[in-house]
Amino acid sequence: MWELIRANKRHSIVLILLMAVVLLGLGYLIGSVFTANMKNGCAMYGGLWGIAIAGTIWFFLTVLSFSSGDQILLAASKAKRVNHDVHPQLFNVVQEMALASGLPMPKVYIIADPAPNAFATGRSPKTASVAITAGLLSKLNRDELQGVIAHEMSHILHRDILFVTVAGIMLGSIVLMSQVFLRGMFYSSLGSRRRYSGSSKGGGQAQILIMIIAIVAAILAPIFAQLLYFALSRKREYLADAGAARLTRYPAGLAAALEKISNDHSAQLACANKVTAPMYIANPLKKNKKAAKLSDLTSTHPPISERIKILRTMAGGASMKDYSKSFSQVTKNDSPLPAAAITDEIIGIRKPFDQPGKSSKQQKQMHQLGDLMRIVNGFVFLTCSCGLKLKVPPNYKGKTVTCPKCKKQLSLKKSI
Amino acid sequence: MVSLIVTLVVVVLIVLFLIAMYNSLVQLRNQVKNAWAQIDVQLKRRHDLIPNLVETAKGYMQHERGTLEAITEARSRAMGAGSVADASKTEGALTEALSKFMLVVENYPDLKANQNFLQVQEELTSTENKISFSRQNYNDQVLFFNNKIQMFPSNVVAGMFNFKQGEFFEIEAPAEREVPKVNFS
Repeated sequence: MWELIRANKRHSIVLILLMAVVLLGLGYLIGSVFTANMKNGCAMYGGLWGIAIAGTIWFFLTVLSFSSGDQILLAASKAKRVNHDVHPQLFNVVQEMALASGLPMPKVYIIADPAPNAFATGRSPKTASVAITAGLLSKLNRDELQGVIAHEMSHILHRDILFVTVAGIMLGSIVLMSQVFLRGMFYSSLGSRRRYSGSSKGGGQAQILIMIIAIVAAILAPIFAQLLYFALSRKREYLADAGAARLTRYPAGLAAALEKISNDHSAQLACANKVTAPMYIANPLKKNKKAAKLSDLTSTHPPISERIKILRTMAGGASMKDYSKSFSQVTKNDSPLPAAAITDEIIGIRKPFDQPGKSSKQQKQMHQLGDLMRIVNGFVFLTCSCGLKLKVPPNYKGKTVTCPKCKKQLSLKKSI
Repeated sequence: MVSLIVTLVVVVLIVLFLIAMYNSLVQLRNQVKNAWAQIDVQLKRRHDLIPNLVETAKGYMQHERGTLEAITEARSRAMGAGSVADASKTEGALTEALSKFMLVVENYPDLKANQNFLQVQEELTSTENKISFSRQNYNDQVLFFNNKIQMFPSNVVAGMFNFKQGEFFEIEAPAEREVPKVNFS
């Protein structure tokens, strides 16, 4: 496991350095363009200025992402931190997986959204958070929930969460810079053509050349950075699936959960975008039929049907080696897992806790979804000693409630 | 002079390397110890939950005094267990008493619908899982530690400072790995 974590860290650093080169190179070209109108010699200083500005943007965004990147992401996805009483099963399952992976207990968040998804974030395992949407939580039985949480725990264990945050910020700054530059070029070219048309001198051709290179670079750099980022994030998804199978000793649990996610027809997750997409367990951006045919290069996640098939094919055992064997069998490709992940441990598959296939009724699911949304939106749930559950809205002013069944006074003090 | 500096640098590097290796071995050994402690925490938690369970169920199950008493008795025996072998035997008996109880619960729909009972049941299910997952993690940690002790070059340091291999909780064979589980569904 340590070898795997080390290899992962190395790959992350290489990728982040590559993205830094793209970012600084872009900065250099853009800087050159803005000073190309001056004397020829100044173009180089302009390039250095561009690097300095790009570096500064990146530096500040990185400091920001290190200090509070996870908080920003959680706030942006409208996730609410919950304790044990809000959803005992979720909290317990997270604890179980923290024990299985030997990591400290992460913070648990629920996102009030009916679209089924989940993600993990944080700087290190000690500051990690796991977030799951109310939609997914209400759909899954215990084994499936365990599979999903184990997938997120594996991301934390493999140190993917920091990588996703830093690489995401880097990609964001590249996109930002190229957008600002391209728009600036577009608008200034409307005016500048008139202004400079008469004053074309010897350096004109070089200027135009630099400008063309910069424009092409500004268009290509974000695409290139995205391809790099997505390529690695796809691999990490497979690795986290393998890790989930290993932690739960039950690959069918995650497979069933992924099936439920892929069969879901609710609206797309409200607070997700292209930069945050790679951190979710399944791609939160629903594609229309046409886009689905686009090449694998531009997708943040491996095809979900393929992930399900690989997990379902794992029959011999639940180790990483079994996963990569099953991967080759399903896709006819070489395993995407790093060599350090594949060890000779023998791990059996356990029996399910819940009956597989037994899913709660649609009505019950909707009921649970409604409850979860209420909790996240500030409702207080009380359980009377007679067994009745009371739901108190957030604008209720009194300090006690009377149980309608046994007329007992219940205190609202023990709120979440 | 130059050769002296070179030897000195090499010696310092080797010492640093040995220190790092020793530290990583200590860290792994502590992780093994911590994983073992986690199992105890979870077993204790199960003992703490049982009075709650019995208390909630008592009102509904007037005719099942025997089952409830069997659980309470198994619990007190498990809590008083002295040796490791004794503990694993009494904990096994407790697991069995609990699974018997859960079968009986099927006959009491009122009890099964009670929120408080559902809560205790969830906690108990989870604690059973936590026991087996912390055992699993303990075995994983022992495996990492033993690998490190056996492999070159860390085996040299391990030999020098007398690091002993950890013992697995149970045999690593799929058929024998199965921990007896309480099925609540």
